[in-house]
Amino acid sequence: MQVKINNKNRSFNGTPFKRLIDVLREDFGLTGTKEGCSEGECGACTVLLDGKPVNSCLISICQVEGAAIETVESLGLPEKLHPLQESFLREGGAQCGICTPGMLMTAAAYLKAGGDPSPDAIREELAGNLCRCTGYQHIINSVAKALSENKK
Amino acid sequence: MPTVGHDRLRKEGPQKLTGTALYVDDIPVKGIWHGVTVRSSVAHAKIKGIRFLKGFPWRQAVVVTAKDIPGENCVHLIEDDQPLLADGITRHALEPVALIAHPDRATAYNALNFVEINYEPLPSVLDFEKSKKILKTFSIKKGDAKKAMKKAWKKVDTTFRVPHQEQAYIENNGMMAWFEPDGTLVLQGSLQCPYYIVKAMKPIFKLPEEKIRVIQAVTGGGFGGKEEYPNIISGHAALLAKKAKRPIKMIYDRHEDMSATTKRHPAVIKHKAGIDKKGRLVALDIDIVMDAGAYVTLSPVVLSRGILHASGPYECPNVNIHASIVQTNTPPNGAYRGFGAPQTLFAAELQWEKLADASKIDAVKLRERNLVKIGSELSTGQILKESVGLKKCVDTVLKRSRFTALRRDHDKWNKKKTSPTWRGVGFASVHHGSGFTGNGEVFLKSKASVTLTKSGRFVIETASSEIGQGSMSTLCQIVSDALGVPYEWVELEANDTSRVPDSGPTVASRTCMIVGGLLYRAAKQLKAAIEEKAKKIPTTPAVLKEVAKKLAGKKSVFRITTEYEKPADIEFDDTTYKGDAYGSYGYAAIAVDLEVDRTTYEIKLNKIWTAQDIGKAINPLIVEGQIIGGTTQALGWAVFEKPIYKNGVMQNAEFTNYIIPTALDTPPMDVVIIEEPYSRGPFGAKGVGEMPMDIPAPAVCAAIKQATGLFFPEIPVTPEMIAAGIARKG
Repeated sequence: MQVKINNKNRSFNGTPFKRLIDVLREDFGLTGTKEGCSEGECGACTVLLDGKPVNSCLISICQVEGAAIETVESLGLPEKLHPLQESFLREGGAQCGICTPGMLMTAAAYLKAGGDPSPDAIREELAGNLCRCTGYQHIINSVAKALSENKK
Repeated sequence: MPTVGHDRLRKEGPQKLTGTALYVDDIPVKGIWHGVTVRSSVAHAKIKGIRFLKGFPWRQAVVVTAKDIPGENCVHLIEDDQPLLADGITRHALEPVALIAHPDRATAYNALNFVEINYEPLPSVLDFEKSKKILKTFSIKKGDAKKAMKKAWKKVDTTFRVPHQEQAYIENNGMMAWFEPDGTLVLQGSLQCPYYIVKAMKPIFKLPEEKIRVIQAVTGGGFGGKEEYPNIISGHAALLAKKAKRPIKMIYDRHEDMSATTKRHPAVIKHKAGIDKKGRLVALDIDIVMDAGAYVTLSPVVLSRGILHASGPYECPNVNIHASIVQTNTPPNGAYRGFGAPQTLFAAELQWEKLADASKIDAVKLRERNLVKIGSELSTGQILKESVGLKKCVDTVLKRSRFTALRRDHDKWNKKKTSPTWRGVGFASVHHGSGFTGNGEVFLKSKASVTLTKSGRFVIETASSEIGQGSMSTLCQIVSDALGVPYEWVELEANDTSRVPDSGPTVASRTCMIVGGLLYRAAKQLKAAIEEKAKKIPTTPAVLKEVAKKLAGKKSVFRITTEYEKPADIEFDDTTYKGDAYGSYGYAAIAVDLEVDRTTYEIKLNKIWTAQDIGKAINPLIVEGQIIGGTTQALGWAVFEKPIYKNGVMQNAEFTNYIIPTALDTPPMDVVIIEEPYSRGPFGAKGVGEMPMDIPAPAVCAAIKQATGLFFPEIPVTPEMIAAGIARKG
């Protein structure tokens, strides 16, 4: 089975119904994607499937054959953050950090689509990603800042 | 350039933001097996036998029961009443009975389908209000509450009820265990209190402390839920590791974590209050009962903090409070942010609405006549000597929310027949003691160190766990300013008990104030030692390295360790509950604005204004994050989070039906930090972590009262409850 992960072609020969999250974490060592609830409620496992945010705990690897998957590892590195990560750092968008990779992937798709920077629109967009630490406000600010800098 | 008071970037931020931070389930360990827990399915029974059924390849697995425990079968905490594995009797449903490990995680879980436990049922108590098994009681008496209540101008009597609450950190509990060739037990996982685990493992494995090493992995939230529960998972993983002779990983799934691990203690509070004609609080008579669950865990200290906050941040000359905690056959409750205070403050605050009804004086005005100030005496007789910013908090919130005008506007809106909603705004104000209760800090004898390494690096050594609250940055900022060096020059030693001293648990809003205070003193002493060698603090790494070499001499580091010292003028009597319950208190006020849909009765939270006096914000952005995050958890408790129990088992132990606030449910918040410095806190800082949890729920209920005319002395207030209330009103 062929799948493009973070712009690299990868082949997978395991069981076709293995969950995408397990394939990413166990077979390809991409542990940036986190598991929070295993039932598509918390969004911690969010990755991009052909550019759209999905819960990788609800998808079997056979469903994404030939598709392009992007995980948090596709954004930046600690020493060279992606502008979205940079604004999360500056605006206090990450506390414990466990929801952060999923939150970033939802936000990355929104950023790419040139989403509406109003707080209400960002809240609507991020409603599928639970965070228990921040109360969301600093996350909203982080995304708004990244959107405004994107426009510059 | 000073860093205290500035938004320095999170030390660990870049790793968390790039997915390179390693949480326990991310750490690769060769040859590791996965452990799972066999749990009881009944609330109270004799265990007649455990059968491991045919159909599962048991030869590939390792199984542990109580008889495999080399030492004592107990989870050491306050009392040693909780077994690590149930032996012959189960006292609550979902109690651990046996453990299974297998090389494959899914297969390990599948093994649970091939275990059968035979029970002989025993009578069980599931409703704590009917329990007669009292585990602990406390009383506070001041003046003559009975006499004063009789003479009071207006008096009210209300019974308040608050439910369980799940911490709902997004990373479930998880732990790894292995034994080193020299017999050292190593545990690495998601946790708040590494030294609690060291102490808990000692009697189980009959090991000396130096043969037990606990390492914190990056931890995905705690909120109290990883204070004491990791003791249990550690014991389980270590038992499996011992028997399997290999590393073991135990990672709970969401359902197991929610249904089997600790929660906030439910409480019922019978609250009587009396005021005189001037609106002054003259009498309080309060009876508190909390539900411990099946074992003691931390219940006595939760109850203690509960009773000490029960009279609210108000002066009252006559107080009578009785508090008890009772046993039920339900999974034990434990630490959760606020630790007993949100329960009793819910009653203390919401009661003002009843007093307002009785006296026809506005609830906020009534509070304003009773707020504590410097010189006020609390229920324990403690006199507040400094750092009381309560009035500033109240004034700030009233002004910024235009509280009086907003309430008037809402009354007008609510009278209009055509309005699609009813609107309300509610107020509350609270205090929260920073640090351990009473003599807790004296018993803890916490230690913390600041070292200068030979290579010229400043390293902080504490067992304080970064769990998202920003302790890494906060502590580095305190130390860098105390030393007078750049923030970037200060780093933290890994939170590993083989490398850091016991600076106490990461709980009780104590890390910044208490541990930060120890580090501040250590840094000041280190600075003096450097200045003795170099006349002034070096400004370049090269010069620093020279000084470091001189100071360290033959050792690799120069280390200053400080230990907690009881301030001479702080006295608390644990037997009479008289005296200084806490060295300092934070203060907060809040206004919650919401509306209720007239057709669906859905509650929409519109806006929050809050002002919180925390002494000094070491890092304002981090502090604001604590306040907004804590407020959101409390809003969830007030209107969404409703654990439903049947036969002593939580029925909605999933995010699908245990609803925590999303970004859409959470209103924008206007946060003001008030700084009334505390002379003993580093740079004046007090605690911040828990107070935001104490205050929103009563303000929500007050707002719902304005909107609908319905008074709910219980939470969560759901649309169904409002519908029933409206139907009752006719």
